[in-house]
Amino acid sequence: MKTITIEPITRLEGEAKISIFLNDAGNVENAFFQVVELRGFERFCQGRPVEEMPRTTPMICGVCPGPHHIASAKATDAVFNAEVPETAKKLRELYLCAHIAHSHLLHFYALAAPDFVVGPDAPREKRNILGLIEKVGLDTGKMVIKYRAYAQKIQQMLSGRATHSVFGIPGGVSKALDESERIQIEEMGREMVEYGKKSLEIFDSVVLQNRAYMDLVMGDVYKIKTNFHGMVDKDGKVAFYEGTYRVIDVNGNEILRYPGNEYHKHLAEHVEPWSSLKFTYLRDMGWKGFVDGPGTSLYRVGPLARINVANGFTTPLANQAYEKFRSTFKEFPVQNTLAYHWARLIETLYVSERILELAGDKQITGKDIRGKLGKPGEGVGYVEAPRGSLFHHYWADENGLIKKVNLLVATGHNNASMNLGIARTAKALIKNWEVSDKLLNMVEMNFRAYDPCLACATHTMPGTMPIQINIYDSQGKLFKTINPQ
Amino acid sequence: MAIVVYKTYVVMCILARFTKFLVDGVCGASSNSHVEDAQCALSALMDGILYKKCLPPSVKGDSMEKLKIAIPLGSTCSGCDVAILDTNEKILELAENADIVFWPTAMDFKLEDFEKFPSKGIDISIFHGPIRTSEHLHMAKLAREKSKILVAFGACACFGGVFGLVNLANREEVFNEVYSNTITTVNPEGKKPEKKIVIDGMELTLPEWFDDSRPVNAVVDVDYYLPGCPPSPTLISDLIDIAINYAKKGELPPKGTVLGSQKSLCDECPRKRENKAIFDIYRVHEKIPEPEKCLLEQGIICLGPATRGGCGVQCITANMPCRGCMGPLPNVTDQGAKMLSALASIVGVGKEKELGEDGLRKILEKIADPVGTFYRYTLPSGIIGKNVKKQR
Repeated sequence: MKTITIEPITRLEGEAKISIFLNDAGNVENAFFQVVELRGFERFCQGRPVEEMPRTTPMICGVCPGPHHIASAKATDAVFNAEVPETAKKLRELYLCAHIAHSHLLHFYALAAPDFVVGPDAPREKRNILGLIEKVGLDTGKMVIKYRAYAQKIQQMLSGRATHSVFGIPGGVSKALDESERIQIEEMGREMVEYGKKSLEIFDSVVLQNRAYMDLVMGDVYKIKTNFHGMVDKDGKVAFYEGTYRVIDVNGNEILRYPGNEYHKHLAEHVEPWSSLKFTYLRDMGWKGFVDGPGTSLYRVGPLARINVANGFTTPLANQAYEKFRSTFKEFPVQNTLAYHWARLIETLYVSERILELAGDKQITGKDIRGKLGKPGEGVGYVEAPRGSLFHHYWADENGLIKKVNLLVATGHNNASMNLGIARTAKALIKNWEVSDKLLNMVEMNFRAYDPCLACATHTMPGTMPIQINIYDSQGKLFKTINPQ
Repeated sequence: MAIVVYKTYVVMCILARFTKFLVDGVCGASSNSHVEDAQCALSALMDGILYKKCLPPSVKGDSMEKLKIAIPLGSTCSGCDVAILDTNEKILELAENADIVFWPTAMDFKLEDFEKFPSKGIDISIFHGPIRTSEHLHMAKLAREKSKILVAFGACACFGGVFGLVNLANREEVFNEVYSNTITTVNPEGKKPEKKIVIDGMELTLPEWFDDSRPVNAVVDVDYYLPGCPPSPTLISDLIDIAINYAKKGELPPKGTVLGSQKSLCDECPRKRENKAIFDIYRVHEKIPEPEKCLLEQGIICLGPATRGGCGVQCITANMPCRGCMGPLPNVTDQGAKMLSALASIVGVGKEKELGEDGLRKILEKIADPVGTFYRYTLPSGIIGKNVKKQR
């Protein structure tokens, strides 16, 4: 047995690595995506005041602290049985939309796009944001960076600080928006919508019009068949801040529709001794291992899942883009992992339109931002984070101190699917001892689609993950080392 | 080596372009307030940083050789990495004077590349995140050995940070909670992460988790500290200035310098203080604070008096009290003890006789979570935190 270890790759609560095992014929026996970090929030938050949770839990991830902040604030609303004023809800949603724009843009342009725009076979040194800018032109590069800078600025204006925000509290938010800030956000929102449209035009010309790329997107190397889980509003449209959860099976049939506070009745987590991150699955179906296809209990979350479970978007331009997406793929639900990227750009347009809508809402500058609170108890908070469904669940004692905490994060929901997808790609590409640099990028492309927290944002700059593949022979001797260069 | 140099060049080009776009983008079309804010805060803060001429044996002097900088990490949330990227145009200045030779979060260099450097072959290592596992310990030791200067970056590396609260429990309790007790976990066989496990002949390994979480100076010698969660762009700019100054002139601040103000957060807080005594304590959800008055004097616990300034008063601007991520004041070891003493000087003042011991105690008992409030970011480095651990 030979082992290929790829480490470190990513940091969702920290670091991760991939181990690939070859059998005696030099083909892939199995592959594991291992998370090697654990902080223990579930334990050390015990005894902490409930109202302090929204400013403690963002430290779960410094790359996507925004959705943790909002999910946590919503959980504290529920703990105190709070009536949240409409203005506060809208300010939180505005903040969340800005966070999603920032995260999606960073992920797509800096991390994922080089594979498509520059090309998966392009030389490594070109396959980064620099090569991307060379290809699409400086003006487009400028646009992307301005787009993301606006998203960050909006978060900072609303919440005090862009990373590890503090404005979410039980029953609302601590800071109102004044008219001059609102005007600034509205101006930025207007531009963001234009950028969102432009962004999809670039995707159209570079990917959709390119046969080779589309073959990759539509092909089997990046296809696994799972259920999908995501939030929808009362009309079945994609929702991020408020809605109910909808789960569809591998054939697109609805198998569950539930309010977020009942997540624990429908979702469960499996433990494996080789990873510190648990594997979430559909509770009713039971843990069936790392298998896909009809009857699987695995499900995916994130942009592709949201588009699969919903029937469209509430905003006109995003909905138009959604229609085009649906008509391009013949099968439903779309199981092609690389389609996550397209879905991500459609969502970016949606949140941009939503930012403009909310900035023009008369209630957004209201002064009623903190609602009445009841006695502390138990509560669940949930939002759709950029990478998928996020649940915070707190139990408090009569003094409002935390007794127990449960957290389900996006990368946990996708954990088993990522393992499955990586194994599938590795099996399809590594045969008869032949391991190439191209494989490395192909494997990277697999989990890049999910944007497993962290890696994403900050790994992006050079466009490659810091990966090294070590291949060992059956005696544990180093057989071959592959570096990205 | 050629590859390393090339990669560094490429990354620097990217950072440079990225930064330029960001600056053009933000300043061109919208308000440039955060750039101005940053400059304004910077000049204020510079007063607090003492520079001292000190020429180490390997001074760069006037030679144009670039500094080698590494950004290794412990159990980080990566918020510190994002903060470094958020310094925008400042990175350009750094790029003129330094090569980043190791940054696992943002660049394509391996641990192996780091290990290959000769002892003290790196000028400055900027370490973020606490020490939680055997891998983090290895990284910290390596950073110390390879670097002339080691900077603890962010509240976690400086004092233990929020993750230091995990020291109130031990590894077994954490594992039991996460892998057995939570409501969604289904684990009848009681599996938990193992250092080494063999499945069908395939051997998989994980690092060893320690019982506690520690700041970097608990395991290796640290030269400078840059606190904050994450550090503000202004303070990171200060650090970059120090690095540039070192590259150009060989000048360094005294060992042990903490970048930040030499005064408390209250010193830079815009809210008005009236030196009022407090007779009641409120949690943040229990009271809507008046907008211009000191939060502490309104009875809302704010760690400003016991916390080093320099963060830009960001939380207070959003009407939320300070929780102390900049750590203790100069010459103070235990931030929590300092805060208790600050509180003692304003709770019930002037009415001690009427209140009596019981009355005073009643007020103080309203502090919901003393350890998590006074030691939110500093439990592993405070005196009390060490005692908590000893008694376990």
